[in-house]
Amino acid sequence: MSGSPVLWEEVVEGGATWSHVLKRGTTLRISDPGGNANVGAIFYNFECPAERFNIPDSLKAQHIARLTEGFVLYSDMGRILCSITEDTAGWHDPIGGSSNAALVREKYGVTRYQDCHNDYHKNTRDGFLVELAKWGLGPRDLPPNVNFFSRVDVAEDGSMAYHVGNSNPGAHVDLRAEMNVLTILNTCQHPLDPNPNYDPQPVKLSIRREPAAGPNDPCRLSRPENARGFTLTERYFL
Amino acid sequence: MSGTRLVASRLDPRDAVYSSVIAAGEPWIYEILKGQYLRIVDLDGNQAVDTLFYNASDPSDRYSAQDTIRSQRNIYLTTGTRLLSAAGTVLLTIVADTCGRHDTLGGACANESNMVRYALEKRHMHACRNSFLKAVLAWGHGLDKRDITANINFFMNVPVTPEGRLTFEDGISEPGKYVEMRAETDVLTLISNCPQLNNPCNAYHPTPVEVLIWNGQGD
Repeated sequence: MSGSPVLWEEVVEGGATWSHVLKRGTTLRISDPGGNANVGAIFYNFECPAERFNIPDSLKAQHIARLTEGFVLYSDMGRILCSITEDTAGWHDPIGGSSNAALVREKYGVTRYQDCHNDYHKNTRDGFLVELAKWGLGPRDLPPNVNFFSRVDVAEDGSMAYHVGNSNPGAHVDLRAEMNVLTILNTCQHPLDPNPNYDPQPVKLSIRREPAAGPNDPCRLSRPENARGFTLTERYFL
Repeated sequence: MSGTRLVASRLDPRDAVYSSVIAAGEPWIYEILKGQYLRIVDLDGNQAVDTLFYNASDPSDRYSAQDTIRSQRNIYLTTGTRLLSAAGTVLLTIVADTCGRHDTLGGACANESNMVRYALEKRHMHACRNSFLKAVLAWGHGLDKRDITANINFFMNVPVTPEGRLTFEDGISEPGKYVEMRAETDVLTLISNCPQLNNPCNAYHPTPVEVLIWNGQGD
């Protein structure tokens, strides 16, 4: 997406929550300047948020248990919310889920606003719920999330292991919006991060205009399922 | 924990307080009380039983696939698995399992996902998420599409490879295999006995399953 000018850039500090309606025809780049960031993310069709990111549909349509360049994020209505058009991290986790207040308290101890102001310990679930409420949405609207820049390995017997060092400093992932997508991001640590310290990392966001996927778009051609997904998405706007 | 724990139940079907056969392609919705046991029997083998659980006192507190598998560090559900809600409530515990493992990554089939996965012309084939919606709308209490989250597929075999691929394989279940759970709180149980005809999850031949409920065993 390097050709078009950046519309705006923004830093999301560690442990924070961010939301925006990504417009069809723009691309959001999420960059991990220091390495080892984690970005929990959920997505909705802004016009009808009952249509939302569906990880099982995204995985089984593309026969994957990880997300990277060339794959797309499906809604539960057979449409593509975002395409991953560039990725230098190589693996984004769709199975590990989000941290919550109990997990953060158990791992990192209790810190309160009254003692440490904005350095108090945050968690992804509460971040998502508060941000959802700003858009008139609630706990019933919270779907499973992806964790950008994180990786959880699955062994043959099904056991799960956090993969240390998945994302290198400067890694980025580009999400091209295929619809008008309410996007909610949270930068708390991955719930399986073995780091014993509360140390959420900041990420940089930048947004540019981007032409719609053409007939030879790599995400469209990556699987026959995705060609049909793009057709269904394009029909939504006819 | 290991991905497979074969454990038989000591409960006798003659002592069950409820039993019902869910025909192929039909939904079932029922409230299980704390302490009761729910058994699902794969009567003819290789049948996917798409299932969701809700805290009966607050259905927004519902089964969470991601929290459940992360808590046990294993993607497969089997004996010993605690089925958690996103808010951390233990909804049920799997106490017996003669199949060995169950999927919670593959989700439920839908008209729309069938169009993506197989062909645009598949829109009108019967699908689990239609069954889920039909059942929750009939149940009432304000439940709707927002309550249809990522589900369990009992008896379904969806292996993940170390390279991060997801595959749908022939089932490892057989006629008469079952999974049994103890409710740790009052739980609303929603089942779609999967009507999928496009992949091997039902061996291309959806069949009935049986549900049985026992009262608490004094444990």
